Formats: sequence, structure tokens, C-alpha cells
Amino acid sequence: MSTATAGPGRLGWALTDSWTMTRRELAHWARQPVQVVVGLVFPVMLLLMFNYLVGGGSGVDGDHTEFLVPGMLALTMAFGLEGTMLAVTQDLNKGVIDRFRSMPMVSGAVLVGRSAADMLQSVAALAVMTGVGYALGWRWHNGAGAALAALGLLLLLRFAMLWIGIHLAMVAGRPEMVQAVQILVWPVGFLSNVFASPESMPGWLGTVVEWNPMSATATAVRGLFGNPGGPTGSWAAEHAELLAVLWPVALIAVFLPLAVGRFARLSR
Amino acid sequence: MSEAIVVDGVHKRYGEKRALAGLDLTVRRGTVHGVLGPNGAGKTTAVRVLTTLLRHDGGRAEVAGFDVRSEAAEVRRRIGLLGQHAAVDEELGGRQNLEMFGRLYHLGARRAGLRADELLERFGLSDTGRKAVKQYSGGMRRRLDLAASLITDPEVLFLDEPTTGLDPRGRAEVWSAVRSLAGGGTTVLLTTQYLEEADQLAARISVIDDGRVIAEGTADRLKAMVGGDRVDVVVRDAHRLGEAAALLGDGATVDVDRRLIGAPAADRMRTLTRTVRVLEEAGIEAEDIAVRRPTLDEVFLSLTGGGSGTRTPTDAEVAA
Repeated sequence: MSTATAGPGRLGWALTDSWTMTRRELAHWARQPVQVVVGLVFPVMLLLMFNYLVGGGSGVDGDHTEFLVPGMLALTMAFGLEGTMLAVTQDLNKGVIDRFRSMPMVSGAVLVGRSAADMLQSVAALAVMTGVGYALGWRWHNGAGAALAALGLLLLLRFAMLWIGIHLAMVAGRPEMVQAVQILVWPVGFLSNVFASPESMPGWLGTVVEWNPMSATATAVRGLFGNPGGPTGSWAAEHAELLAVLWPVALIAVFLPLAVGRFARLSR
Repeated sequence: MSEAIVVDGVHKRYGEKRALAGLDLTVRRGTVHGVLGPNGAGKTTAVRVLTTLLRHDGGRAEVAGFDVRSEAAEVRRRIGLLGQHAAVDEELGGRQNLEMFGRLYHLGARRAGLRADELLERFGLSDTGRKAVKQYSGGMRRRLDLAASLITDPEVLFLDEPTTGLDPRGRAEVWSAVRSLAGGGTTVLLTTQYLEEADQLAARISVIDDGRVIAEGTADRLKAMVGGDRVDVVVRDAHRLGEAAALLGDGATVDVDRRLIGAPAADRMRTLTRTVRVLEEAGIEAEDIAVRRPTLDEVFLSLTGGGSGTRTPTDAEVAA
């Protein structure tokens, strides 16, 4: 039996192979539904905790839940980094990657499959989180178009985190490093405006927090949903929507080529 | 073109470590070629270079007529790889794996499914159902791995220590699969630490050490290289091993645990009668005396110049 040579061409095969690799990730989910559910429940737990246990104290005028939900959505997208890193680290340490690489498939498809699966997971996470948010009383006030734009910005942030995660996994490549990153994302996550307004913080800290890429997304999303804590105040806050696009695009521009290049150089 | 694999002066370094130091190898189409060497000799590195998983630093390497560096895509279309570790997705089932690989070989969904069923049947894995591969036994996993390597009927199949870690039954299964493939005309390059395996399966054997070939030929030729026949004597009294070894002359080796002395037998019958006579004269009782062809183990040890197992004992061991 010979492999098919005529066919949809290189781009076509790239898409076919990417779809096959995405199906592989979906098949993993089908076999581990509990893990999938836990992945979706964890951010909901955080949301409930910060809504009920740490209510108020955000230094923002307006409803606490309305302020918190968009921030938690941004945080969930950012924390996706560890999930991606863990999955890629586990995959790279398995023999099956050797088989993929010794086959005439489009090699980048392995990474595309990973990113497609992670993005699908993130869409599911956003659906669950906004659903729970709605039940808690959070609403969007500026119409469906603005709300969809907000979700788009959130997924853009997730896409940037995804390529950082893939790159880190390939550079570090060991489960211990994943643990280190899993710990480090917490301070980075909290050094943002997700839980409190930068105006309530000491000057230098407020500046650091404002320029955190996650803060830009959170502020822009709050503005688009019409929730409190939107783009007012400092320059960074006024231009949150611009920054919420520029930050992820810049991160993707750096880390996507690095990650793809790194994967191609696994043979060195 | 009659060569399936041509390796000419291939070098590969990992930082300071030299993994391949001018490896040369020629494998004729349709034959089984054994690459024999101890751990760290460069066997796996060689396989990874030839299967395009690793780029070599210098020299020429061609598989099925294509350069592994500049024509990697062509090489990948024509090879199958069975690595040391199961190269299948352990979270998925057997059929899921084979179907996925079939799609990635661009067979299309329907043919990939048919091929998966065909291979499951051929390797006796049809009844595994939805069971995840991580629940398979070692032998089943290897068979699935082998099936995955054969999805497109490769021209050249690479088997990197295919039976390491398998029980005797698993090993027999892999051996019989390799024999039937070789019978069908597939070129097989097989690395192994087990001399018996190379002897059983391979028509030609390359012995490698420190990243280069130190001997090459048929199993018989390699055996002839360490000299002809051997005489084995099992001595009843372990205390007299040293004394008996001295009587059997130069080149005698002693295996203390088995109370076994081996010595070269230049002339089968004369050596046998002489051995019986000198032992009798010295009053050393023998449990068994036999003349035999050398094993590949002895070839291997004499070529790589080391190892354990058969060796000259120290005084302390003899006295023990």
C-alpha cells in the first residue's frame, strides 16, 4: 500500500493533519471526563470564593460581583498557561511524539492540535463562567456586539498564553518546571486589577498592576460589558482596549515563532 | 539500487559527548541487519538519525535512496519505526491509535479505519475493544507498536531493541513477526543487546562500540573471528578451578559460579582427548566436558574488549 500523494496539497494536508491531532485531544477528553469537569469547576470555585468570602474591599464603586466576574474571566484565560504547559510537557515525554515526527505528516500539526483543543476548552470555560456569573447577578449592559468583542479579547489573551505555555514546556520540558510555573502564575495573577482597583494600591504597585497584560484585558472587558472598573483614570486604563489587543498580539508575535522553531529543532 | 540503507562516516555529538564517531553501515534491500552493541554504544542514536528524528553533524546517511537530512519527507514516507519505548498514545485504544496514524499517513478516514482493523486482526489485537493502551500487557503494547509501524507497508523497518523488557513469550511474538516481515521482503534494521536475537534474526551483523562499527559480517564469520571451537569443562571441585585452567593452557577463561572453564580447541578431537588426559593425570574430577562452536557472546566480549560473565578469576575468588 502506498501513501496517497495526490490530494489536497500542502495546505490541505496541514489542515487535515491538524484536525486529526485536534481529534486526538478530543478523544483524550472523552476518556477522562472527570479531568475535564475538574478543569471547568476550578475557576468557578475561585469565582464563588472571591464573590462570597472576599466580597467588597476592591476599592471600586459599584457592584462587587459585576467588577469581579470580568476579572475572573481574564484570570481564567491567563491561568490557561499552566494547563497548556502541563499538556505539552506530558506529550513531549511520551514516545508517541517520536512516531509523529517519523511520519510524513505536517509536523506543526501537533502544536495546532494542542492549541485548537485548548481554545475549545477555553470557550467552554468562558461559557460556564459567564453562566455562573449570570446566576450571581452579573450582567452585560452594552449589547451583544460589545459582549462578543469582550469574549474575543479574552480568547486573544488565552491564545497568547497558549504559545507562551508551549514555548515554556519545550524550553523547560520537565514536570518540576511545570510545578514552578503553577506556583508563579499566582503572584502574577494577583498583581493585576482582577480583585482590586490599582487606585487603591501604593503608587508604584498600582503602575505595575496597570501594565500587567491581564489588567489591560480585564479593564477593556469591563468597559465592553459595561461593568464597573472600566477604562477610566490613568493612560494605561484609558487605552485598555488598545493594550488588550497589543499585548497579546506582541506576545504571540514573539512566542509563536519561538515555539514552532523549537519544535522543528527537536531533531538537533 | 540494491542498498536500502547507506551510512558513510556519520558523526553525531551531544555537546562534549561523541555518540557516533564515523559510523559506516550498508544494508542490502530485503535483508535483516543486526546492529549489536552494549548500552551507550550509539545504537539508538544511529536509529534516530536514520529515522529523521535526529540530525547528524557530518557524513552521509541514506534510507531507501533518499538523504535523511535533505529529503527527510521522502524518507518518512518509506520507513516504519519501533522504538525502545512504546510510540503509541497510551491514553487511547488500539484501534483509535492505528486509525489516527493511518489518517496521518494520509490514507483517508475510510482506508485508515479498514487498515486499522486489518492490522489488529493480524497482530491478534482485535478483541481489545475500547481498552486504553496503558492497560495492555508489555507484549500487546509492542505488537500494537509494531502494527503502527507497518501501516503503510514500509520499505525499511527500524526496530530499536524491540524485545527489551519483554517476557520470553512477548519476545517470541516479536521474533515471529520480524521473521514473517523479512519473508515478505521488508528490509529490517534491528538493534539489540541480545546476541541470541541478532544470531536468530539477522543475516548480517554489525558490532558497534563507541559510535563506530568494530566488526561486521554474518554470525558465522563473526564467530570465526574469535578463533575456532571451544572446549568447556565443568569442574566438580571449585577449589581446583585455577589449577585446571592452568592445565588447559593460554586463553582459558573461568566462570566461577558455574565452575566452568572454557578454552580454545584448535583441533576438536585432539583437544578433547588431551583435556581428558591432563585432568585425569592431575586428579581433577570433571562433571562435563564438551567441544562446541563459540557463542556470539564470546565474539562480542572479545571484540568490545570487556564485559563480565566469562573472565579470569582473582585468587580470592578461586580460593573462596
